[in-house]
Amino acid sequence: MLRFLVRRVLGAIAVLFAISVLVFLIFNVVPATNPAQRIAGKNATPQLIKNVEKEWGFDKSLPEQYWTQMKLIFTGEVKSYNAHINVDERIVEGIPATASLCIGAAIIWLAFGFLFGYLSAVRSGGWLDRGLTVLALIGISMPVFWLASILLYYFTYKIELFPPSGYEPLSDPGKWFSHLILPWISLAVLFAGFYSRVLRSSMLDVMNEDYVRTARAKGLSQRRVMVKHVLRNSLIPVITLFGLDFGVLIGGGAIVTESLFNIEGVGLFTAEALKQQDFPSIMAVTLFGAFFIVLFNILVDIGYAYLDPRIRLGASAA
Amino acid sequence: MSATPETAPVSPGTGGGPLLEVDGLRVGFATEDGRVQAVDGVDFQLEPGEVLAIVGESGSGKSVTAQTLIGLTRSPNSHIEGSVKLNGEELTTLSEAQLQKVRGRQIAMIFQDPMTSMNPVYTVGRQIIEAIRAHDSKVGKRDAHRQAIELLEAVGIPDADRRVDAYPHEFSGGMRQRAMIAMGLALEPSILIADEPTTALDVTIQAQILDLIQDLNRSRGLATILITHDLGVVAEVADRVLVMYGGKVVERGTLTDIFYDPQHPYTWGLLGSLTRLDQPRPHRLPQISGAPPSLLNLPSGCAFRPRCPHEFGKCKEVPGLEARLPEDPNHRDRCWLTAEQKRRLREVEGRIGLEEPRG
Repeated sequence: MLRFLVRRVLGAIAVLFAISVLVFLIFNVVPATNPAQRIAGKNATPQLIKNVEKEWGFDKSLPEQYWTQMKLIFTGEVKSYNAHINVDERIVEGIPATASLCIGAAIIWLAFGFLFGYLSAVRSGGWLDRGLTVLALIGISMPVFWLASILLYYFTYKIELFPPSGYEPLSDPGKWFSHLILPWISLAVLFAGFYSRVLRSSMLDVMNEDYVRTARAKGLSQRRVMVKHVLRNSLIPVITLFGLDFGVLIGGGAIVTESLFNIEGVGLFTAEALKQQDFPSIMAVTLFGAFFIVLFNILVDIGYAYLDPRIRLGASAA
Repeated sequence: MSATPETAPVSPGTGGGPLLEVDGLRVGFATEDGRVQAVDGVDFQLEPGEVLAIVGESGSGKSVTAQTLIGLTRSPNSHIEGSVKLNGEELTTLSEAQLQKVRGRQIAMIFQDPMTSMNPVYTVGRQIIEAIRAHDSKVGKRDAHRQAIELLEAVGIPDADRRVDAYPHEFSGGMRQRAMIAMGLALEPSILIADEPTTALDVTIQAQILDLIQDLNRSRGLATILITHDLGVVAEVADRVLVMYGGKVVERGTLTDIFYDPQHPYTWGLLGSLTRLDQPRPHRLPQISGAPPSLLNLPSGCAFRPRCPHEFGKCKEVPGLEARLPEDPNHRDRCWLTAEQKRRLREVEGRIGLEEPRG
């Protein structure tokens, strides 16, 4: 286990380094406007631009610029080009909102994904299965921006059931909840539909396994066979997906939802950074997101070993 | 596990009738290509303490027959007719919940591939405990755990108190099959159905498992239905034999009947294709030409007709399963040939076998 963790942490550092280099190169190779020019303003004199270049270090070599940039990000002193705000602080401020959104949505999509997937598999071929299949496909087919707009239109404008947008801190749980319920739903619907399909097909595969027949031959109840033997052995594909999806979202990937509902989280900040081509911000949110994706992949691998005793962590390290 | 005295009557409550009585069992499955009649009229009785072998090729309906006995073939696509009586109680009409009480407790079943027949994510002990507690929730976990160890010991697993907490993948194939048998014995059933229990195992391990089954049969009076395609296995343990072909029983008799006085050409073919060490080795092992018929489209008349070198006009009619030897009413077969013809035709190169097809 320790060996596994050391190996994976080293791997994670390598991945993050590669990503940072890649992002840095892309930003410097792709012809964009000269950042010094943008910082200096529209009517800046060539002298002013030169001064800005010197001040921000744009005249240095690329490796030097990269090194400075990384140092700033990891010491928490990195400033955005445009608003001159501290990027790291801005990301940290966004974490509660993003975490609230993603964790809440994940609970909803897992609950419905499992419920619908399980029922579909148990009643496969029947009317319930067909109904849930249609429902899941509708959920998967609805784009988030569209669903979010529809929800906003009907539940905040037509009937004023929920507040329209923004994020309220958890210190007022009622407000927090009412502001998040629509974002949760719009983010969760797609995943719930998708997960129910994945779980259903995984369960149908497992149902044909010999050990399920053994379980029935032992005289176990149908429910026990389904939950303890079929469902338990169907979890690996779902866990794999969840690790990836949740890692992406918590790392600032819920861009559309956060933008539409004006939730000032990491996703919204990412959207702004991209729009303004603000390199320090882009670099910081990219590394932040990549960190979570790598982290959740490690957690998924640990989850595998827990779910299936045949998988031994570190066994392939030799 | 000493709770079963060796002389215990295995079929309590009934006046010595058969333990299991199967009558006119038919199992059909609706498929996209039409209806598959996997089992087409199977009758047999199982007496307490006997070993009945059901022999046939893949697709002969033997496994479906066995699984139907405890309702494992029930599904929206299947159609089951006929009767299965356990100690006089009809099983085919039981609800799923009632059948769950029969499975494991009265009739246990073990399967072909011990590699895949145990759930890989639970320890062997936990799977045995699960079987015990499914039928008697009053048994505490600790007691069940102790019982599991005793069961593993009883089937000859060394170090049982340690191995009980191992996962199936940490067992060898033979050990897994022993553990499967231990699981089957957990509730002291009166019948064990073993569906190809040795097919996936090495020959040496195969012999050990057969010995174990025979031991249990003798020491506990455990009536056993042994499903196999291997007449060698049958010869070692069976008291009586059913030979199945195309969903029907084509011959039924004692072990001696089947091996020394076989009446059906298909049985001859099975016997002829056995390797024998006491005979000069032929150039090629004899085989039954052709393939088993598709159950979607069985030949009319005798199902073995297209592969039978001795076919004649009458074979276009389905022969009944009848006693055709006046001296032995319990030896029955489905073949129109006379006893005299059979005795003559089954001799091939000095031993029982099926002639190569004519032409």
